[in-house]
Amino acid sequence: MNDAFPAPGFDIARIRADFPILSQTVRGKPLVFLDSAASAQKPRVVIDAMVNCMETQYANVHRGLHWMSERTTDAYESTRDVVAALLNANDRTEIVFTRNSTEAINLVAHSYGRGIMKPGEVVLISEMEHHANIVPWQMLRDSHGIEMRVAAVTETGELDMEDVAAKLSDNKVGLVAITHMSNVFGTYVPVERLIRLAHEHGAKVLLDGSQAVVHRRVDVQALGCDFYVFTGHKLYGPTGIGVLWARHELLEAMPPFMGGGDMIDSVTFERSTWAHVPHKFEAGTPAIIEAIGLKAAIGYVQEIGYEALSAHEAALTDHALSQLATVEGLRVIGQAQDRGGVVSFTLKGAHAHDVATLLDRQGIAIRAGHHCAEPLMRRLGLDSTARASFGVYTSHEEIDALTTGLNRVREFFV
Amino acid sequence: MTTLAEDVGDLYQAVILDHGRKPRHAGRLASFDTSAKGDNPMCGDRVEVFVKYGADDTIGEAGFEARGCAISIASADLMAEVVVGRKITDTRAMFETFRQMARTGECPACDDAMDRLRPLAGVHDYPSRVKCATLPWHALLAALDGEGRTSSE
Repeated sequence: MNDAFPAPGFDIARIRADFPILSQTVRGKPLVFLDSAASAQKPRVVIDAMVNCMETQYANVHRGLHWMSERTTDAYESTRDVVAALLNANDRTEIVFTRNSTEAINLVAHSYGRGIMKPGEVVLISEMEHHANIVPWQMLRDSHGIEMRVAAVTETGELDMEDVAAKLSDNKVGLVAITHMSNVFGTYVPVERLIRLAHEHGAKVLLDGSQAVVHRRVDVQALGCDFYVFTGHKLYGPTGIGVLWARHELLEAMPPFMGGGDMIDSVTFERSTWAHVPHKFEAGTPAIIEAIGLKAAIGYVQEIGYEALSAHEAALTDHALSQLATVEGLRVIGQAQDRGGVVSFTLKGAHAHDVATLLDRQGIAIRAGHHCAEPLMRRLGLDSTARASFGVYTSHEEIDALTTGLNRVREFFV
Repeated sequence: MTTLAEDVGDLYQAVILDHGRKPRHAGRLASFDTSAKGDNPMCGDRVEVFVKYGADDTIGEAGFEARGCAISIASADLMAEVVVGRKITDTRAMFETFRQMARTGECPACDDAMDRLRPLAGVHDYPSRVKCATLPWHALLAALDGEGRTSSE
């Protein structure tokens, strides 16, 4: 076992014991789950928090005049404080709950894009965006006369900052919407530099933190970005809960996204007035139980601490890259300097789907396909890749199992 | 402990590995009467099927171009093999039989004509892979229907 950089107090056995699902067997083999970038497994504290909510203090929020509703409202709203602290937001009212990152980006595209941006302005994305950070801007382009530009990615899988600068140079870009960490390459984007550059050219910056927030401490004030989105289910929380953070003055200026209950101040048939930020953006009964689960998930991550978590994942990634390099015919896609625990690869003579099925038969779960990044695959001249991704519970032994499994796949196909 | 080959033998039978690696009918026909593309948007598999009609409402020649996994290539290749010389109405019926077999692993309607396709029955145990096997057939049917394009979704 390669423990060159053991994180202080990082007890992988104890952490794995926190995740009930990891003791499952799949196809008669111990589960080796290397698909956390698609969705992460849930620790016992998250499961318990959600069950406990339903069993002991559940009612609708923000409307009941009874004990249950008040308690549930407190629990739901306290998640907002926890998320604000996680991102170091200036104020809790800057946290808007959504269903996921996709909905958060759509909220910005609809509300900021249609309400604040003017036709002729530009949204700048990159070649390595997830479909969630491409399609909403295409829809905005087609409905609202916004131009969409795409910044190039280098051969190593890094954002081409020269191309970013060139595409910002005419000062027409109103919004830069870029991933904080690539879900295909594992690349961290140099967001501090990107934000400085964008602001110099008068553009706002939205960061898609779906992957990054799982692995690194995010401080939106230190970064200086304008919008930040992430989703709960990749951060060891439940599905159905995501977050949009935006600077207060932006949220104040933005029109509502969806109409309905909870987002209004008063309603008559002639007109309605909106609730204050952030409730203006939270129409209808929210994901109450999921928000409470997210709070538990964030608490879990913070208890481990981002320093320990980052060190563990950096050691895993180093181990994976050195182990995978020993598999004949294996090519890692993306060689960024600054990268995290998401590794895409191809195996000579075997299609990614066949690799995934053959690994699955050995109890090893990976992703294969285009990873919701079809334009990037086309840019790379690939139809699909296999992808292994790591979480807090991933062990060095699991990386070794992957390597052994891949060697067996290679022998099978070659 | 079983070997990987034993574990996956139901899916990756020798004939599938062979046709997946060395397809006999791959390539665009020099001349053809109809063609159609098939896409599996979930996984990125792509296939294009070319058909030249024969006499008496039969398929005279069939070929394909594909980017995809061993299952999809082998399925396309075996399909091209079995439909040549077959009546179009019989080909449509064969697709239904094949689809049932791929989904369930059972083939009560299987006759001798289906023998070459039987090794693909193993996909039924891998729900996410069934579409790999049926995509070329969807494209073939789209070509026969003159639709030009189809999707396995």
